[in-house]
Amino acid sequence: MRRSLITAAFFFAFGAAAAAQSTQSFDRIERGRYLAVLSDCAACHTAPGGKPFAGGLVLQTPFGNLITPNITSDRETGIGDWTDAEFVAALHDGRGHDGKRLYPAMPYPAYTKLSDDDVLAMRAYFKTVAPVSNKVVSNQLPFPLNIREAMVFWNWLNFTPGRYEFKSGKSAEWNRGAYIVEGAGHCGTCHTPKTALGADKSDTPLAGTTLQGWFAPNITTDAHKGIGGWSKDDLVQYLKTGTNRWTLASGPMAEAVSHSTSQMTDADVAAIATYLKDSGAGGSGAKPTPVATDDAAMKAGGAIYKDNCSACHKDSGEGEAHLFPRLAGSALVQSDDPTTLARVVLHGTRAVSTASMPTAPAMPAFDWRLNDRQVGAVLTYIRNSWGNAASAVPADTIASQRISLAKAP
Amino acid sequence: MARKLPPKDVVIIGLGWTGSILAYELAKTGLDVVAIERGPWRDTVTDFPPAYAQDELRYAVRLDLFLRAGQETLTFRNNAGQTALPIRNFSGFLPGNGVGGAGVHWNGQTWRFLPTDFKLRSHLEERYGKDALPADMTIQDWPVSYDELEPYYDRFEKLCGTSGKAGNIRGAKQAGGNPFEGWRSSEYPTPPLKQGLGATLFAEAARKTGHTPFPQPASNLSEAYTNPLGVKLGQCTYCGFCERFGCGNYAKSSPQTCVLPALMRFPNFSAQTESEVVRINLDSTGKRATGVTYVDTSGEEWEQPADMVLLCAFSLFNVQLMLVSGIGKAYDPQTGQGVVGRNYAYQTTSSVSLILKDKILNPFIATGAHGMIVDDYNGDNFDHSGLGFVGGGYMGAGQTGARPIQTRPVPKGTPKWGAQWKKATAETYQKAFSLSTHGSSYSYKDCYLDLDPTYKDRLGRPLMRMTFDFHDNELKMSAYLTERLAEIAKAMDPAEMTPNPRKGPYNSTIYQTTHNTGGTVMGADPANSVVNRYCQSWDVHNVFVPGGASVFPQNHGYNPTDTVGALAYWTADAIKDRYLKNPGPLG
Repeated sequence: MRRSLITAAFFFAFGAAAAAQSTQSFDRIERGRYLAVLSDCAACHTAPGGKPFAGGLVLQTPFGNLITPNITSDRETGIGDWTDAEFVAALHDGRGHDGKRLYPAMPYPAYTKLSDDDVLAMRAYFKTVAPVSNKVVSNQLPFPLNIREAMVFWNWLNFTPGRYEFKSGKSAEWNRGAYIVEGAGHCGTCHTPKTALGADKSDTPLAGTTLQGWFAPNITTDAHKGIGGWSKDDLVQYLKTGTNRWTLASGPMAEAVSHSTSQMTDADVAAIATYLKDSGAGGSGAKPTPVATDDAAMKAGGAIYKDNCSACHKDSGEGEAHLFPRLAGSALVQSDDPTTLARVVLHGTRAVSTASMPTAPAMPAFDWRLNDRQVGAVLTYIRNSWGNAASAVPADTIASQRISLAKAP
Repeated sequence: MARKLPPKDVVIIGLGWTGSILAYELAKTGLDVVAIERGPWRDTVTDFPPAYAQDELRYAVRLDLFLRAGQETLTFRNNAGQTALPIRNFSGFLPGNGVGGAGVHWNGQTWRFLPTDFKLRSHLEERYGKDALPADMTIQDWPVSYDELEPYYDRFEKLCGTSGKAGNIRGAKQAGGNPFEGWRSSEYPTPPLKQGLGATLFAEAARKTGHTPFPQPASNLSEAYTNPLGVKLGQCTYCGFCERFGCGNYAKSSPQTCVLPALMRFPNFSAQTESEVVRINLDSTGKRATGVTYVDTSGEEWEQPADMVLLCAFSLFNVQLMLVSGIGKAYDPQTGQGVVGRNYAYQTTSSVSLILKDKILNPFIATGAHGMIVDDYNGDNFDHSGLGFVGGGYMGAGQTGARPIQTRPVPKGTPKWGAQWKKATAETYQKAFSLSTHGSSYSYKDCYLDLDPTYKDRLGRPLMRMTFDFHDNELKMSAYLTERLAEIAKAMDPAEMTPNPRKGPYNSTIYQTTHNTGGTVMGADPANSVVNRYCQSWDVHNVFVPGGASVFPQNHGYNPTDTVGALAYWTADAIKDRYLKNPGPLG
């Protein structure tokens, strides 16, 4: 074992040296392109309807808005005049051109785990991306957050630079999965709860959190709130096609599936699934006592469900695989935070379309039809029927969600 | 002056069933395809959410999804002796509008024509003699046989996920299916729908009277299904709101549920909605189309050049566009010369209404194609010797819903309003049931479409004029079918029974069906057809009419959509396998 690791390390170093000499080789550029897919650069750096990687997407953060920069090879408005070292520093240390501090909306706390060689391969690819002249003023934050030097303190408190370290005792596949989940794929950027300063809470990785009006679900092995009930195949199918027997991807995850996970190799998707099923995060979330069936909200919710929901999601809450998400036994339905549930009932949503699962079925909006109490009641009902158990959803939760959604772009 | 757009390989007029099928098949080959649709974009669930799509007032009474006469209409008369007047509110038939076209609001009844229907004239003349057909009847053989179309029927049914029970698989009769149907290469994609009590009682009575009932083939799906395009459909909830409605739970096949999710993924396909094609443009020789001119909602004219033009509008408007564009010679009923507008036909329907004794039928549990059917009296499935007519139709318990505004059955003698009427509707609703016949409409010299000499549309084009009436042959057929249906109904032991055979003259203000056929008929001879056997214009080789019901030489005793879909696939293959390799006349 030890011998093979040394051999692997030798070849790795040799390969890196050889590749470094030919940054224009097809293999290297292609590897960089694939790493840009794994890292889902397009999700933030390509605006809807915009040119690839020309930036301009508005990122809503709890601290204010950031506009994503242009990372095409344009010398004036893109990153065409950056040195390789600056590109590496941006991903590894959150330092941009001329040492300018980046905000951690750029997931350098995750990308810091990427190997030098992978980052340089991405650099080789981005050099080939067609230049687009699109000047973006990224920093739209209020004072004092608009002072980039403030990030020195943020980094000091929250940021641990360092490459991914191979975990011995785990398989190569597990390690590859960890490298993608923790590094390139930066899953925790959305799925890990945040501190008041917006940093990952290191003690609860991947346990789910709210951003941009969506609850990014718990993707730990927790059997009740996480993906403990999903098989490895369920995970693979979800990442590859955007849907599985439980649910369909929509919202920000639809974009992640569309731009990134559906484009990954089968081996990498399998590696992610292997790691997530054995990430060590999660454990045994206690299942709460369900709200009693004779509760007034449960009774009203049952009637509302019958009239508005059952035609698709069925009386049994089973839905229809790849068409109508299954509510019975769904972890997302039973999550502590009902933000996504309230959102899809109020505004509706559309599932992702992928080559193998093109349907992209949608959930219609009910904000015009159901009042806050009714939405709360029907959510309380689906969270506490068919064996589900979760807290009731009060009307004022829906009321505040309605207000924040009205402000959303 | 129209502004000229960059040219496309293919321009498709109308994005309904045929338009979406051709767009998918041709975009898949890499061609640059644009579809121009005069109505709005329509999406399965966001336009028809199951929570409110079952709105009878909005959709069935106020006809929300349909073409408004203010946008386009036609004039109507029963015969050449009358002056045609514009239809100012569609009611006798309801052309669709918007993405999905009539495929949005259809009932889902998915029938193949009989093998003998495709060689109608030669078959009837052979069996009954040349004199058996009326002199003014202009029926003709199709230029394509059932055997040739079978694989394309199969493709369309697999696209839809049609529910049913085969009666004939490659010549082997199958118990439980239609014993009269042509051979099928495979069983239906999904099993038959469950039947309600009314249909079950009808089937018992039909068996008792020596008939062979079977479940109606339905593109309202009995179970979830994934079609060959990878698109997923859901299970029907039997809500009873199909005809005139969109289906929001992905259970009724439509262009948006079956094709558009896959089609919209092609970057070489685009759709231009709310834009009406004014005419097809021809070059100076008149033998080649150069594209189309359309007008947007601001009245702005745009020229869309294209190498091929596919006419995929509703059948009546395919005919109008051919006429106003000067493609092919307009039909003249006096001389019998010319072909565009010739052989307009319809459908001859009738009913038997019943009130049963002591039954709770729950007739609201329904689908658009729900029911048990008897096909013994369709086409030439029975001996017409001595009957004095040709043709026929299917009959059965195909009730498509019992919605509260328009379903108010009452016993004979009940007042038409007031307390007694209310009481009677409440007492009768659960016991009343309607049986129907769905019969052929053969073509005649004096039933045709042409351009109206007086009235113009909002774009300044002459309105199309429809001249149509029922002929004795069809009325006799309807009387015969209705009598046979009444015999079966009698075996259901009803408390009250009212046969309503079709009576003339044709009334364009009372809804019968939207199965308007003919006018750009397909045939083997340019003297009696507008398009050849590949649905290609005889006169302008880069114009196709890929399977709209306007290509039917006459109408048979079944609903048209399955044949429309089959012809769309048939034409798509002809274009891909033959025309693209060597553009020119295929006939």
